[in-house]
Amino acid sequence: MPAGSVQLITTDAGERIVVLSGNWTLAALRSTIGRLFGALKSVSADPTLKWDLRQIDALDSTGALLIWRAWGADRRGSTQFKKEHAAIFERVAAVPPVEPSRWRPDLLAPIVFLGRRESRFVEHVLALVALIGMLVLDAVYLLTHPRQLPWREISATIYKAGALAMPVTALVGFLIGVVISYLTSDTLKAYGAGVYIVNLLGISIIRELGPLLVAILLAGRSGSAMTAQIGVMRVTEEIDAMITIGISPVSRLVLPKVIGLAVAMPLVSMWAIAAALVGGALAAKAQLGIDFFFFLDSLPKVVAADNLWIASVKTLTFGMAIALISCHFGLRAKPNTESVSNSITSSVVASITFVILLDAVFAIVFRQVGFD
Amino acid sequence: MSDPIIEVKDLWTKRGQQTIHRDLSMQVDAGDIVGLVGGSGSGKTTLLRVVIGLDAPAGGTVRLFGIDPLNAGRQQRLAMQRRFGTLFQGGALFSALSVFENIALPLRELRSLDKRLIRDLVMLKLHLVEIEPRHAGKMPAELSGGMIKRIALARALALDPELLVLDEPTAGLDPDRSRSFVKLIQSLSRDHGLTVFMVTHDVETLSTLATRVAVLADGRIVADGPLDKVRQNRHPFIASFFGTAEPATNPD
Repeated sequence: MPAGSVQLITTDAGERIVVLSGNWTLAALRSTIGRLFGALKSVSADPTLKWDLRQIDALDSTGALLIWRAWGADRRGSTQFKKEHAAIFERVAAVPPVEPSRWRPDLLAPIVFLGRRESRFVEHVLALVALIGMLVLDAVYLLTHPRQLPWREISATIYKAGALAMPVTALVGFLIGVVISYLTSDTLKAYGAGVYIVNLLGISIIRELGPLLVAILLAGRSGSAMTAQIGVMRVTEEIDAMITIGISPVSRLVLPKVIGLAVAMPLVSMWAIAAALVGGALAAKAQLGIDFFFFLDSLPKVVAADNLWIASVKTLTFGMAIALISCHFGLRAKPNTESVSNSITSSVVASITFVILLDAVFAIVFRQVGFD
Repeated sequence: MSDPIIEVKDLWTKRGQQTIHRDLSMQVDAGDIVGLVGGSGSGKTTLLRVVIGLDAPAGGTVRLFGIDPLNAGRQQRLAMQRRFGTLFQGGALFSALSVFENIALPLRELRSLDKRLIRDLVMLKLHLVEIEPRHAGKMPAELSGGMIKRIALARALALDPELLVLDEPTAGLDPDRSRSFVKLIQSLSRDHGLTVFMVTHDVETLSTLATRVAVLADGRIVADGPLDKVRQNRHPFIASFFGTAEPATNPD
């Protein structure tokens, strides 16, 4: 395909004519578009010239637009076209000119930005409170109508967030147990306090590390999945469809997730704590020569059972918080892919931050419980 | 221009265990406006997807501009893909990009056009599909279904393609817009020699726009030709689709 070319010729009558020929299509022009536009511009500087476009083989809107832009004004009067090409120029000419919007620096922009952030945060908190309110109302209704409880959804959440999370939480828990035991054993050995590894691992893993570890893992694993699911349901208008059928999305989507995670989280965390203690005990055997069964035997003697209760209460709260925050961000996603991905990011970040905040609160509230 | 634009020979496609097309052959020549009709689930959209190289056939050959879309080299395939524009059923606009960016995207991908030319081209395409410039900055989520369709058409037209592949172009458009769509395609076909391959249910679009109608039923093309000819076919699907069946003569 020969690309377009521009020629300035003088006829026998002494008339100067611009003759365009070849292919003036996007495909043919691609590589030479800048050069051709320059050539067109230079010949169109003289407004008295006549134009002859009849030798153009193929013309598309890109070619026509290029010529039109080089003209800078309507010169169809002094131009000869093929008939079908005239129609193409017709279309180009019909486009109303757009004023390029001018960018003006906005001095207040940083303040507006901060204000927006602030008001968005307040908005989030209010919406979350509203969601909790709706959840409580729905829960009360369902308690009086227990047959409508979404059992299947609850058990699905427990299976997906609990049972399926067992391998990864066991692995991570085991490794953390090994690492802590390994790192502290040297110091304990130096003081001749090797047996205190049991106290150290027991308290730190049961009370703090196990619950927090599982909360962070599940916030990343199940929280993100919940936000994504609800967010995509917003995109595909499934939530709207649910409402019109008469199903409350809060009781069918949010409630089972909150209950499911509240059940699954303590169980998974016990599982992870067990794995971590096994890991710690094995490492203690290797490093300090403490017998595995001695470790298991002395654990209940040095770590009060209250710590297990604290861990359970903590993880139950964490589970509910993660499910609530994830659903909240999912419901607030706008129906487009960008917004869904932003929602998932915010949901995971917010869940983890909030869980750590809650953990601090628990540490203060229970500071006198569980230590002998 | 003797080579057909689309050439499908002995095509077999399967979805799982189910055979969708058996020994289907058809071709679309340059300048044709072909309307593909068929019952729902008859595999119209699948045929369209196979033709543009999105799905692989189980057997047979597909050639688009003389090239097998699935076995072409990277450069060859890219060059081929720039020669056709596709309008998907739901529009398939990129929801993270504004209207303007959606249409500008294929132009930017060429990496040889300057900003102003791209802007003017986008405005030209928007004007073609009768979208006012003030909508250019909007996001797809803020638009009505009909507007999404028209903007998707503008994006399909962005590279001035030789072939336009349309899946249900007039579904969801009001009759007025549907008529202006028909007019636009007619004028593009007249002035640029545009070839169109479309799936449609809209009999009015078919009768005013299509130069040829292909009927897909029982996994193959059961009729192919000008609308008047196809209407006379006695195949039960055709009879019920165009409402030419008379209960007395066609008891089943």
